[in-house]
This record gives sequence, structure tokens and C-alpha cells, in this order.
Amino acid sequence: MIKTKNISKVFLIGKKQEKELRAVDDLTLEVMKGEVFGFLGPNGAGKTTTVRILTGLIRPTEGTAQVAGYELGRDDTNIRRNVGILTEAPGMYERLTAEKNLTIFANLYDVPDVQKAVNKYLSMMGLWERRLDSVGSYSKGMRQKLALARALIHEPQILFLDEPTSGLDPEASKTVRDFIEELKSEGRTIFMTTHNLDEAERLCDRVGIFQQKLLTLDSPSNLRDQMFGRRVVFHLQTMEPAWVDLVAGIAGAGNVEVVDNKLVVSLKNPEESNPVIIRALVTAGAQVQFVGVIRHSLEQIYLEMVGSGDRGQA
Amino acid sequence: MKHVRTIIDKEWSEVFKNRWVISTMTLLPMLFVAMPLVMLYMTTSSLPVDLPAESAGLPAGFTEVCAGLTAGECTQIYLLNQFMLLFMLMPLMIPTTIAAYSIVGEKTTRSLEPLLATPITTVELLAGKGLAAVIPGVLISYAAFGIFVIGSLLLGLSTAVINYILSPIWLLGILVLGPILSVIATIVAIYISSRVSDPRVAEQLSGMVIIPLMLVMFAVLAGKLVININFMLIAIVICALLAFGMLRLGTVIFDRENILTKWK
Ligand SMILES: Nc1ncnc2c1ncn2[C@@H]1O[C@H](COP(=O)(O)OP(=O)(O)OP(=O)(O)O)[C@@H](O)[C@H]1O
Ligand SMILES: [Mg+2]
Repeated sequence: MIKTKNISKVFLIGKKQEKELRAVDDLTLEVMKGEVFGFLGPNGAGKTTTVRILTGLIRPTEGTAQVAGYELGRDDTNIRRNVGILTEAPGMYERLTAEKNLTIFANLYDVPDVQKAVNKYLSMMGLWERRLDSVGSYSKGMRQKLALARALIHEPQILFLDEPTSGLDPEASKTVRDFIEELKSEGRTIFMTTHNLDEAERLCDRVGIFQQKLLTLDSPSNLRDQMFGRRVVFHLQTMEPAWVDLVAGIAGAGNVEVVDNKLVVSLKNPEESNPVIIRALVTAGAQVQFVGVIRHSLEQIYLEMVGSGDRGQA
Repeated sequence: MKHVRTIIDKEWSEVFKNRWVISTMTLLPMLFVAMPLVMLYMTTSSLPVDLPAESAGLPAGFTEVCAGLTAGECTQIYLLNQFMLLFMLMPLMIPTTIAAYSIVGEKTTRSLEPLLATPITTVELLAGKGLAAVIPGVLISYAAFGIFVIGSLLLGLSTAVINYILSPIWLLGILVLGPILSVIATIVAIYISSRVSDPRVAEQLSGMVIIPLMLVMFAVLAGKLVININFMLIAIVICALLAFGMLRLGTVIFDRENILTKWK
């Protein structure tokens, strides 16, 4: 659905446009149909710039991309028809009503039955009662819902969401997240940026951690395994130093640490190694009370990646 | 065409929700109509009507216009000749108030990006924004001229003066040159609007399109220039060429990325 090859974007900045700022560097990625893809990265990483490139709003300095099967730069109008975008700061026509705002965009997107689409999304977003109020009187949450409705009014196959839940209260965020789940179940492809890692972990099939360059890209659980291996904790009633060597000698076991009465073992394949370790421990006379797995949050992975990432800007 | 209509509808829905814009757009034309009417009314009752035109002491270039007319009629026509420029001012000023805001306004409210993400073409967008400004300018100046004609008929002016008001110079000026000037003013204002980052700056800079007209006005007032049919025809040709060139250039240099990302 989205396929980029060596995309870069250089902005010219400074009073005389004399300085170069490389916002996106050599980005190659592919997002599959029906996938929710999370694009993560610190402030100024180039996420919004990437979204703008892929929606045909700005041209990449180098590289090529296909979006919805169309070649970026050659078939932008078709890309725009098939793509919905929730921009980072979605502005509305404040003096106009919510209904009018949606009607304008439905017309610009050549929606066949404008009134039907407008009504559908107004009620879906819970804005029906307030549809005739001017958007100037809307709260941030209502605006965000209206902006989502606007991004969806033409039933795009691909949706770009730039920080869809930023600035929303927990309840409104949840509404938006549930809505994204629903879109996902309809088989739409979603490319979202977010600073909420918990959200990314819950919603996204795969995440890319990005800072000018793509640092890593995989499903949240694979990223966890890759970076930290998988670690298992064995809670024992008492601890004997000899058991540490015993466990460390078992095939597939990596680093073994002792924390109080617990053995923390890195394992490549816990499904295979756990029974062996438990049998060995029990044979050696240990009382195994619990066995648990340590889960690293996406946040830890993110901080690790971004911390070590190259922060320097050209 | 549907996209263009949608943009026009959107612009008007926003603009005409603003009472201040409506009042500036209607008050000024009313004033511009009232001024020459008051002048005609006062001169009709006070000027001697039986003297020959040469005795009115008008600029040399003008007296030939008055061949066979009385001094009173000739003075009225001379004054009308100058007031005509007020009617040319309207199609310049009304569109700029709308067009100056059209792009930078959407920039400041952050609605430009979603708008540019729609499948509307750049030409459609510019046409919509442009027509939304030109149409009210033309309609209001036509209406103002209509009211002026009715008013002067009601004043019971002499046939010569009425004939002058309905002469080709005026009709060409109001009906043809007016819309061309509207187009030029609108293109200038939209161009400025897409380059600046502050609506007030856009409005002030765009307001400067009236300067060339002001120069003409001073030349007429100083008696250095008489607006006759030749002058009008030349003005129409030059302005039409200018408008056409600007339209062509505008669609070439107007670029989605630049208006979205360049913040001066
Ligand atoms: N129009 C522009 N002109 C010049 N530089 C720009 C422009 N737009 C973005 N940049 C620069 O590109 C870099 C990436 O910006 P971008 O907005 O893409 O970051 P982001 O990842 O979306 O950040 P955030 O999380 O804060 O939204 C920044 O250094 C920014 O200053
Ligand atoms: Mg951003």
C-alpha cells in the first residue's frame, strides 16, 4: 500500500536559505494493506515531514514512493483521492458549522452522496447534536473528532494520522483509539505517528522508530525480543550459588543474574528451555515457587534506540 | 467546476458571516455613488446654463468634448470625468479585501494543509479563490453604477449630461475595464497572500494596487490627462494583456509545497 525507496528531504533554512536541514534521510519502508503502522520518533525527527511527503503535500528531495498503487510525484491527484490525512494541527473553518465543514470536504473529495456521508460521520463521531454550531465553539476533543471525520469522509483506503490523540483527555483518547481499531478491522491501512508508546504498542502491527533515519522496524514484540532477548524469572524459596552455574550451563541460556531469591535468565527460546531448567533446579533440590517472564515495554526499547541514535543534524 | 464552486461557496460563507466585511463592501460604494450625485445636484442648480462652453475655463484638451454644449453642462461633464475614477476604484478595492486574506488566512488557521491534501487541482483552487473575490467586486461596482444612473435620471439632468454618463467611455470603463481591474487586483492580492505570514501585512500590501489608479486620478485632477475614448481603449488593451500574463504566470509559479512550507 505504501512503499518508499530512499526518500530524503532537505529543507533550506536560514535568512538566505543558505543552510541545509536534512529532515528525512534515506527512508525505505513498506506498509502492507490492512496494517496499522506506527511511526515513532522524538520531536523534530521528521515524522510530519514524512507524512507530508507521502500525502503529496511536499516533494521529496530524493527517492521515490508508491502510495495506494500510484507513483508519488506523477499521480498525486489519484494519491490524494485514495488517502485521508489527519494533520498534526488540523484547522477548521471556525466560522462555519461542523456540517458545512464536512460538506465542503466531501465536495472536494467528490463523494457521491455528500449529505449521506456527512450525516454518517457526524453521528459516528457523536457530533450530530452540535452539527449546526460553528466549529469556533468546539472543544479540542470535538475538533479532533471532526478532523477525523473530515479525513475519512471519502472512505480512503489509506489513512495518515499525525498524532491523533495528542492533547486529548484519557477518555477522548480512548474513543479515538477504539475508532482506529474499528478502522483496522475494516481493513484500512493506517500510518500513524504518535508519542504515546503505550498506544503504539496496543494499536500497531509494526512500528518504525525513526529519527531522521529509520532506526528499526518490526512488530513491538519482535523488537522486544531482538533487543533484550527474552528473560525469565525463577522465584526460588532459597538461593544457592551453585544453582547459578547449573542454570548457566544449560543449552540456550544466556546471562544469569541473581536478584534476592530470584534467578533472572536470558533465554533464546523459553518454551524449550524452561522445562529443562525447572527439572534441573528441582533435581538439585531447589523449591521453585513461580516462573515468570519479564516484558520490556516499547518505551524501554524506544529510549534505548533514540538515546543511542545519531542526534546530530546536518 | 464543482471544486471551483465549492471553494467559492466556502469563501463566501466565511466572508459574509463577517459583518465588518459586508459593511466595508457596501458603505464605500454607497459613498462613491453619493458623491457625484450630490455634486451633480449642486451644480445643476447653481451654474449658469446659457453660456457657451468655452467660457467655463476648463483645460484645453477638454473643450473639444464640449463642442456645442453650455458651460454648465460642460462643467458637469468635466467633473464627472474625474469622478469616473471612483467607479474604477471599487472593482480594485472590494476584491483585494477578500483575496488578501484567502491564502494567508488559511495558513494561520491551519486549514490550508487539509485543503491542499484534497484532490483539488492548483488551478481549481486559484480559480475558486479568485472568482470568490472578483465576482463581488464586479457585481457591486455594476450595481453602484446602476444606482448612479438611476439617481442621475431622477435628478433631471440635461440630455447631454445623461448621454455622457451612458456614453461608450463610461460603459467600457465600468463594464469592461472594471472587471479586468478586478482580476488584476485579485491576482496581486492572492499572490501576496500566498507569500506572507500575516493577514494584516497581506491586506496592506495588497491595498497598494490602487496606487497606479491614484496616479491617473492625480493626473486628471491636475488637468494633465483627459479620459477620452482612446485613453479608455488603450487602458483596456494594456490591462487585459497584463491580466492574461499574470494569470499564466500565476498558475506556473503557484506551488503547493511553497505556499504550505514557506513562512516569511
Ligand atoms: N517547512 C519547513 N522548513 C524548514 N524546516 C522544516 C520545515 N518543516 C519541518 N522542518 C524541519 O524538519 C525537521 C523535522 O520536522 P517534523 O515536523 O517533520 O518533525 P516531527 O517528527 O513531526 O516532530 P514532532 O514530534 O515535534 O511533531 C525539524 O527540524 C523541522 O524544523
Ligand atoms: Mg510532527
